[in-house]
Amino acid sequence: MIPAAFEYARPTTVDEALQAIADGGEDVKILAGGQSLIPVMRLRLAAPETVVDLSRIEELRGVRDDGDALVIGAMTTHHDVLTDPLIAQHAPLIAAATETVADRQVRARGTFGGALAHADPAGDLPAVALALDAEFVIAGPGGRRTVPAADFFVDYLTTALEEGELLVEIRVPKLAGQWGMHYEKFNRVAQAWSIVAVAAVVRRDDGHIAEARIGLTNMGPTPLRARAAESALAGAEASAEAIAAAARSAAEGTSPSSDLNAQADYREHLAQVLTRRAVTAAAGL
Amino acid sequence: MTVTEEPAVTQAPPREVGRPRRRKEDARLITGRTTWTDNMVLPGMLHLAVVRSPVAHARITGIDVSAARSAPGVVAVFTGRDFADEQGSIPCAWPVTPDMVNPGHPSIAVETVNHVGEAVAVIVARSRTAAADAVELVDVDYDLLPVVLDMEQALADGADRVHDHIGSNESYRFVFDAGEAGTGADTEQAFADAEVVVSRRFVQQRLIPAFMEPRAVVVQPQGDNYTMWSATQVPHILRLMLAMITGVPEHKLRVVAPDVGGGFGGKLQVTPEEVLSLLVARRLGKPVKWAETRSESLMSAHHGRDQIQYIDIAADREGNVKGLRCRILADMGAYLRLVSPGVPVLGAFMFAGIYKFPAYRFDCSGVFTNKTPTDAYRGAGRPEATFAVERIMDELAVELGMDPLELRRKNWIRPEEFPFTTVAGLEYDSGNYDAATQQALELIGYDELRAEQQRRREANDPVQLGIGFSTFTEMCGLAPSRVLGSLSYGAGGWEHAAIRMLPTGKVEVVTGSSPHGQGHETAWSQLVADTLGVPFEDVEVLHGDTSVAPRGLDTYGSRSLVVGGAAVVRAAEKVIAKARKVAAHLLEASEEDLDYSGGTFSVRGTPGAGVSIQEIALATFAAHNFPEGVEPSIDADATFDPVNFSFPHGTHICAMEVDTETGMVKIRKYACVDDVGTIVNPLIVEGQVHGGLAQGIAQALYEEAVYDADGNLTTGTFVDYLVPSAADLPHFDTGNTVHEAPGNPIGAKGVGEAGCIASTPAVVNAALDAVRHLGVRDIRMPLTPERVWRALHDGGDGGDRATAGTNAYGGAQTETTAGVSTPQSALGGDR
Repeated sequence: MIPAAFEYARPTTVDEALQAIADGGEDVKILAGGQSLIPVMRLRLAAPETVVDLSRIEELRGVRDDGDALVIGAMTTHHDVLTDPLIAQHAPLIAAATETVADRQVRARGTFGGALAHADPAGDLPAVALALDAEFVIAGPGGRRTVPAADFFVDYLTTALEEGELLVEIRVPKLAGQWGMHYEKFNRVAQAWSIVAVAAVVRRDDGHIAEARIGLTNMGPTPLRARAAESALAGAEASAEAIAAAARSAAEGTSPSSDLNAQADYREHLAQVLTRRAVTAAAGL
Repeated sequence: MTVTEEPAVTQAPPREVGRPRRRKEDARLITGRTTWTDNMVLPGMLHLAVVRSPVAHARITGIDVSAARSAPGVVAVFTGRDFADEQGSIPCAWPVTPDMVNPGHPSIAVETVNHVGEAVAVIVARSRTAAADAVELVDVDYDLLPVVLDMEQALADGADRVHDHIGSNESYRFVFDAGEAGTGADTEQAFADAEVVVSRRFVQQRLIPAFMEPRAVVVQPQGDNYTMWSATQVPHILRLMLAMITGVPEHKLRVVAPDVGGGFGGKLQVTPEEVLSLLVARRLGKPVKWAETRSESLMSAHHGRDQIQYIDIAADREGNVKGLRCRILADMGAYLRLVSPGVPVLGAFMFAGIYKFPAYRFDCSGVFTNKTPTDAYRGAGRPEATFAVERIMDELAVELGMDPLELRRKNWIRPEEFPFTTVAGLEYDSGNYDAATQQALELIGYDELRAEQQRRREANDPVQLGIGFSTFTEMCGLAPSRVLGSLSYGAGGWEHAAIRMLPTGKVEVVTGSSPHGQGHETAWSQLVADTLGVPFEDVEVLHGDTSVAPRGLDTYGSRSLVVGGAAVVRAAEKVIAKARKVAAHLLEASEEDLDYSGGTFSVRGTPGAGVSIQEIALATFAAHNFPEGVEPSIDADATFDPVNFSFPHGTHICAMEVDTETGMVKIRKYACVDDVGTIVNPLIVEGQVHGGLAQGIAQALYEEAVYDADGNLTTGTFVDYLVPSAADLPHFDTGNTVHEAPGNPIGAKGVGEAGCIASTPAVVNAALDAVRHLGVRDIRMPLTPERVWRALHDGGDGGDRATAGTNAYGGAQTETTAGVSTPQSALGGDR
């Protein structure tokens, strides 16, 4: 459990970090909280030439109010997300999902941006970012660009981040109207990754569901939106029957894997049950 | 030395046995500021790293170590060829039948590898990092052979063989037939005459002991002497076996088990790495250390359980059991280790449980497969037996339409029948099964749970409730040496203790029972404090070092207190007997007129005249004024060899919620009442019960070592081998009844394995009780949500799990085991 030797840089600003990445050679890994990278390095499944450690970059930490959006620094730890009043007020779904991430020790070190950039489809936060229509602010040698969540998650452990780029912050739009949110996680032991999980964001209007956004965790190589279920819910009556009917299409368009915890058909079944439960809770029923 | 009118110690200390003392060893164990083997650093110490086979069965056609040998910091690289003439075989101390086939177990593979994780080369380097770096530079050519993984297929005619040089994959066939042994009626006749026969096939999945402290070894050569520190449960057995294997004479070898962080049977072994460390140290004349990674530990330290059980039970329509027939396939893995073949035999006499079966037959085959060897794991044979009988009793109750508890009650041994000789020939010592059961029913609130179960069934609630029982007994206090001899075990079952009275009155207790987390230092101090009448704090317990504690048989099988503690009490009694002579001399009284109480001898009928044990210790040290012809020592030792096993028993009740929509199971309540005889320290007993329950529940719900079709261990990290934490377990309502064990001076029966043995069937019975009315007949362990869901929706027992590892750690698997394989996954993702 000893990593192979690597070069190490610990910049204190984003600009220094970009320079360190540019100077790092062929295979650079960016170390945020290290809760995924360090284990694979210790198992020697990753052997980067250079590790660029972002832990000293203060400008990447914290949550701020930017008018119609919350801005979460990529290096904000899960613990800090959990205790942040702005998140509790405007995006409680993020806190609800973060609370289920691994254990207290991991949450003390792991970061919001690191978890998203890692893009593990079994991780809890990518589906949440997708359901909240978050935007990803990426810094690179040529300046900054913003990528919507729908375009950020490209493939298994692969994002829109290009070589030499760095995820610096995540913008989460504030939601107007009467919204409810719920994260329904299904796993076997407390600290485990999701077998399947569902992030539901629901706007109710006059006894109906005006809009539903549903993010699916671990139902394919990337986090997914349950578009068919969302369509079925739009304008539907806010009733147990209507939600149950819509949830039956939750697995449409997904491509879950088969592993020790679940084979694909069982994951598809779980997606339906958990979507029903998540939407029901988010709708306040 | 003066004899005072008022003895220095007059206040009799409060009785220690029964006090819930916090463990005196815990502060250093928990903080890690102690002598864990891997904490040791010796001058000039070299570091070993083991290159392991990535394939399950192959002929080694070439090994190129040149790149590794020339890597920075590398001192030497050895392969199997380098040690072929001196490594001998890992010992197997338990030839369970005269014709048992032992293929031999090299510590490092020479010509073939037979399981993934088997050692093929050893790197010796100046630092652990250099050794780890060089592992990747060893190039081994493997000529793949067919892989044998399934026991039933392995025994079929024409099956591929694990070992070419032996005739089949069957190591042995061990049969105990009560009819033939004269302890019961003819089993075949009992089944022929039976009104009801129920047959089931149960699978005891393979488990990994998963002790907290990974294994580690340090060897220091000094001239032609060697000292080995090892994270082992069995320093005494290890010393003896190493001497026999390597030819290092026993008196030139000292083995030390310093503080050891758990074992659960997993460190009851002579490991290939211990042998290799000694061979390398001898070859190089330098101190060496090997410390494993968790991945190595899960892959190559021995596994446990892994049986297929065909169980038949015969009864009449009224529910009187008539016979029990058990055909067992026990997976040995690729080789026989220390007691691999004996594990099923430890269960052979326990399948009858607490029930009065008139007829019984046990027939077990030990089977080789291309997997990591199996050996002792908490309970070792007895959990397998208890599971089988407690599950089949439930199945019989269903068949008969009887309440499962009523069926048990009808057949179990009644309190007035103790001591009771079972159909397997064991003499159960004491107990009251009904009393324990009544108490457990009250603890869990049985009637209310049954009412709720009824309500949920009637309402067709998606969450159903079930209640499961396990009314178990186990065989502890291993073991009467004569019994072990009759079973062809290679050693005795006694234990040794010595007590040294220091001049200041402090007491050193030397025990041959080597602890690895059980709390010996505290419990032994309590025993000695009571017996000698000295303060608890004045007792120091020494253990684990063969030069300090020269005689011992170590810790396993719930034996430490029952056998080792008994030896301590006997030694203390001898100290008192010796001190009595000195006291009589000093008090100028006759020995017969002396009373000993609270650490002081006093003269009957002469108030105020007394001498304390501490004063006698000092007088003995000075030896100025000593009785004529008596040697100046009151130290004593004792060896205790039990005449019988002890038989803890208890009733465990689990209430289980099953979410029929998802298959998720959740323990709602768990209550158990254990009779472990006299309780020396209630806090330690409670801790042992909790830990045992965690492991027994883990077998039922979480843990399983899974191999894929190529023989790769898929559950190679704690991401996929699920060990539950406190967050995953319910509150435990525990209680005790106390029926003293008649076979030892403490009256204790042993508690280390009880929770682990008892709980598994209670949990599975509870889950089945929740869903049986929905058509479910059985669910394979562990009861993953997927298996429960499949059993509910597709019928069957839930079936095999997919063998791909989960994609956690960014796809940190080999290509053969990854659930999703992409170019990124091989390197753990892009960020």
